[in-house]
Amino acid sequence: MGNMSDMVGALLEARSLSKHFGGVLALDELNLSVARDEIVGLIGPNGSGKTTFFNVITGIYSADAGQVRFDGADVTNASGRAVYQAGISRTFQHSRLSLPLSIFDNIMIGNHKRLNQGLWFNLVRRDDFRREFEEGYAAARALVEVFEPALADRLFEPIAGLAMIDRRRIEICRALIGAPKLLLLDEPSAGMTHEETAELMNDILLVRDRNKNLSIIIVEHEMGVIERITDRCVVLNFGRKIAEGPYRAVAADPQVQEAYLGAA
Amino acid sequence: MRQKPQASLWSGAIALAVATIYLIVLLGAERQAVIIALLIAGIAAVTAGAWLGLFTSVSASFADHEDALGASTIISALAVAAYFYDNHFVLLLVITVLLYSVATLGLNVQFGYAGVLNFAGASFFGIGAYTSAILNDYTAVPHLLVLLIGGLLAALAGSLLLLPVLRTRGHYAAVVTIAFALLFKTFLEVNDVLGGPQGMQVKGMKILGWSFNDNIEIGKLSLSFYMNYLVVSLLLLVGAFVMVRRLERSWIGLNLDALRLDETAANCFGLDVARWKITAFLIGNFLIGIAGALFGMVGGFVAPNNYTFADSLIFVSILLLGGIGNPWGLVIATIIVVVVPEKLQTIQEYRFLLYALMVIAVLLFRPQGLLPRPVRRYFPGWRPWAT
Repeated sequence: MGNMSDMVGALLEARSLSKHFGGVLALDELNLSVARDEIVGLIGPNGSGKTTFFNVITGIYSADAGQVRFDGADVTNASGRAVYQAGISRTFQHSRLSLPLSIFDNIMIGNHKRLNQGLWFNLVRRDDFRREFEEGYAAARALVEVFEPALADRLFEPIAGLAMIDRRRIEICRALIGAPKLLLLDEPSAGMTHEETAELMNDILLVRDRNKNLSIIIVEHEMGVIERITDRCVVLNFGRKIAEGPYRAVAADPQVQEAYLGAA
Repeated sequence: MRQKPQASLWSGAIALAVATIYLIVLLGAERQAVIIALLIAGIAAVTAGAWLGLFTSVSASFADHEDALGASTIISALAVAAYFYDNHFVLLLVITVLLYSVATLGLNVQFGYAGVLNFAGASFFGIGAYTSAILNDYTAVPHLLVLLIGGLLAALAGSLLLLPVLRTRGHYAAVVTIAFALLFKTFLEVNDVLGGPQGMQVKGMKILGWSFNDNIEIGKLSLSFYMNYLVVSLLLLVGAFVMVRRLERSWIGLNLDALRLDETAANCFGLDVARWKITAFLIGNFLIGIAGALFGMVGGFVAPNNYTFADSLIFVSILLLGGIGNPWGLVIATIIVVVVPEKLQTIQEYRFLLYALMVIAVLLFRPQGLLPRPVRRYFPGWRPWAT
């Protein structure tokens, strides 16, 4: 894989990325790259910088040092909007859906870049708007059907009435509808049972099988999930990369075991 | 998937007819005892109707046939006007309802959709009114254009507040608008060109030689001159209502909801938060300004005391009462807030006390307002299809 990714160039490449909050180094000269079509697991104990990495990439925090390249362009400290336009979508550790809005509305928020935002188009050219709306409906419905066919008939119900697993599904649909090149999943299994988690992972793999050009970085504490779906893992501890490789190799790494279990 | 059948048009039409007749009787009643009895009967009827679940079919009817029922509502308004064709007092009351509705629709775009609280609604209304006063008295600008300029000037003055509103969040942004409301009143009071505390006269509207301040004589029939203003106000409300409705039912309405509910997530999905907040704030003030400009011409007089912070609070309480984000609810709430104190002479002096009690009651017992905003329906009567 290493040679291949050198040849075509990595999709995402973070070089010596650093971020500190006061005296705490949340990211410490982190180098991390993701190849096209690759699923990378980002693991490490709580507070090791995983979510901070996502937040720096997606413009919520700005990096103190280092560089991020995505798809051939420099996106270091780019705004959330610019990163999304470039093709990175994400989910959040604590679900950030808009609860009073319908399932359809929430999914369409993720489709922002493909919707006509003109005032004239939206207010006056209602026939054209209707066409775009119906296209959006068809796309959202098709996507939701992959995850849970029962939800597809409930697209105009508010999110507030949905179970946790369905909310996660909708959050992932929202991230996928804009056809990103890179999907950042921040603990998709949080708050769900083992069975639900397994189901959700099947869905994600299914979606990826359908569009081959999607790379994924997944932050996850469920090691079963990581083992099953990732091609490669990166282990963080105190903001630094302490191991990298296939799951089995890093799981056997004594440094990794020490990070998780504490110094023996 | 089984499609929900279209709701019947009739339940909406009947509800509208009953409401119209009730309103005519209420507006026509003179004796305080009769008015109090009518109000109690109205409240009882609505409560009983809600208990019996009658309103479910009414709201379904409005959801599926909004265009037809909207047109019927226009006819209802005209019927009320026709019934009181020579009654200055009632017609002025109806015009007040129409123009306050336009203003609260503007406030609704700002607060209901974009989440930007504006406690200076009456100030922007006043900017519109003073625009009419100045332009009608000193220039020959056509009066329909004056309305437009009133809206534009209100939007322009509002852009002074953009920077602080964008930089601060929640309560702090609200405090900035309160400061603006207080400054605006003081500015009017010390400004001699604008008539100082005494205010100034506003020349009546005239379109193509048709003077709005003359009674309309048709044969032996003499219609109140307010009928002129009522027609223009109604047209303005219909236009504003349709535009705000379309705004809500578009990607822009979705953008505004998304940024109100979670700015960070909205930004992560490419929304230009500042752009849409500015758009909503300007559109809102534009609507408030146009309504104010027309209201200035209707009243024939503007003074600083008509555009105080307390008046802004009335606009906000209409929004809370009606149901934030629901244009139909706003119109109903405006009718209640404007008509009830005018008819109930006995409580006139306590009207602010009444408003305060009403807001507290709404927040306690029905925080979503009389007509809570439903989930967005992009097109009335549209049904999702299965693939």
